[in-house]
Amino acid sequence: MIWKTLYSRLKASLIVMIGISILIFAVARVMPGDPARIALGANASAEQVAALRADRHLDDPLPLQYWEFVKALSHGDLGKSLFTNRPVSTDIAQFLPATLELVVVSGLIMALLGLPIGAISAHFRGRAIDQIGRLVALLGVCTPAFVWGVILQLLLGYFWPIFPIQGRLMDATPVPPTVTGFYLLDSLIAGEPGTFLDALHHLILPAVALALGGMGQVARLTRSNMIEVYGKPYVEMAEAYGFRPWRIVSRYAFVPAFIPTLTILGLEFAALLGNAFLVEKVFGWPGLSRYGVDVILRKDLDAIVGTVLIIAAAFLIMNIVVDLLVTLINPRIRLSSRRD
Amino acid sequence: MDRSLPLARLFRLASSKAWATFFANPLSVLGLIIVLVILVLSVFAGVLTPYPEHVGPVGDFSAMNAPPDGAYWFGTDTMGRDLLTRIVYGYQLALIMAAVVLSIATPVGVVVGLVAGYKGGWVDYALMRITDIFLAVPPLVLAMAIMGFLQPTLMNGMLAITAMWWPWYARLVYNVTRAETQEGYVLAAETVGASTAHIVFREILPNCMPSIVTKMTLDVGFVILMASSLSFLGLGVQPPTPDLGSMVAEGAKYMPSSWWLTVWPAVAILVVVLGFNLLGDGLREAFEAEG
Repeated sequence: MIWKTLYSRLKASLIVMIGISILIFAVARVMPGDPARIALGANASAEQVAALRADRHLDDPLPLQYWEFVKALSHGDLGKSLFTNRPVSTDIAQFLPATLELVVVSGLIMALLGLPIGAISAHFRGRAIDQIGRLVALLGVCTPAFVWGVILQLLLGYFWPIFPIQGRLMDATPVPPTVTGFYLLDSLIAGEPGTFLDALHHLILPAVALALGGMGQVARLTRSNMIEVYGKPYVEMAEAYGFRPWRIVSRYAFVPAFIPTLTILGLEFAALLGNAFLVEKVFGWPGLSRYGVDVILRKDLDAIVGTVLIIAAAFLIMNIVVDLLVTLINPRIRLSSRRD
Repeated sequence: MDRSLPLARLFRLASSKAWATFFANPLSVLGLIIVLVILVLSVFAGVLTPYPEHVGPVGDFSAMNAPPDGAYWFGTDTMGRDLLTRIVYGYQLALIMAAVVLSIATPVGVVVGLVAGYKGGWVDYALMRITDIFLAVPPLVLAMAIMGFLQPTLMNGMLAITAMWWPWYARLVYNVTRAETQEGYVLAAETVGASTAHIVFREILPNCMPSIVTKMTLDVGFVILMASSLSFLGLGVQPPTPDLGSMVAEGAKYMPSSWWLTVWPAVAILVVVLGFNLLGDGLREAFEAEG
């Protein structure tokens, strides 16, 4: 069953991935401005520009260029950045782990804050605690991540300086030897608790700033889903039997409400990848964002296409993981397959 | 079946019961007030702002980087320009962007959703797979990539945001249409030989209108949020045009001493998105009460 879900999801994702690659490839090639001219600068001769265009197949017809691109992609080759003159995959491999570390920690914060806030709001629905919970969730939803970034930086970085405001580590702290690229894990693998604490210290503000928007969505959905479940007869029955409130919340109301919430949790988790760009800029986080914005401003074709494809792939993978989790958790889906 | 135009019918739908529900919730009223105040400020910015001449590149050089006081309520920036004036003009720009984006993205998405949902078959499959492709990339990343190939101007910014906004309407209208197509009134219209255009636009569309209007209200806020995110990254409107996102980015360079440069534009973004959200939630409640 789980394999069937996985197979159908992989098939759909492959179609979407091909579509994205065609879309982004077409957009990159159709837009005005000669990337070879921009890469070489205004002083380059016409011959130099022509040579670079020929080298990168920029003069070939579009379908042929796309075919060359797909052929290279099948070898894991995303092309070469016109600027750093390194393979795009090398560039991305260097910057992606910092972004992923931020997104993963942020996703945990989002779930650990959003689910309880929504559940508490639903349990005390209509009361003062509910109003506060809803307001917190609404403020999360309505505020862009970069606004949270500068507000947190101003309050907890400058006025009450308990957190650092830039980077992943103090200058004095040596970078742990790279295993995963996640400083939190690498420092533990290297057995350096000091580095671990320093990395965590640097990670908290950006991760919270990034998490608050998704936290708001998760809290709102958990609340509305749980309120719906509270109206169901089996919850009334549990109340009539005099079960303790905690047991009703945790066993009867939260679990069924969690399944639709999980889907949103996954979507919000994936959306963190996009918003990470904003937070990275605020906190000088050396992730994919600075690279992404740089290559965009320089019309670095292969690098833009590569960055977007990697992010889209990560986004799709997260969606597949969520679908599989929902399938595993939801007894209705899990059991219905047995009857097939 | 009601034969009047969808929008006219929508306003008739908003009966006294719906309005009563709306005004019974103080948060919805707060949202309405915020939205009205921002609308009035934006429309009459030239008259209502204290220093309309500060919209350009230069301000008052005798009052550069002044903290908030009686003359400059929100302080001035490094060019001596009144921050309050520039925020109001930033609102004006943001609302224009949201209006343009939604007035293109909504009809496109609605038509795609209606056609895919009603026709079914391969039309449905093709249109919705294309929609999925757009929905499969984080919106900000797609808009950034499109901006990357264009010059960062107001026009292109709106284009990039529109390109990633219509699929959400296609999804929404598709889901409603799929449900409505099973209803008796659609079958009745088909039986009497009504054209596809008639069924889709005069029979099904009016029933999608409450969801569409609610989503559009919420989306004014979210389009502003997206536009300010783009310009915060330097991929949106360029200076000296007053834009809330680039004001935050510019002000962040002077934290913490000149905190007002960042805090007021940041709060301004929060307030406008919050206002449209409260209003949208209120409308949804009102439509649901109407039933």
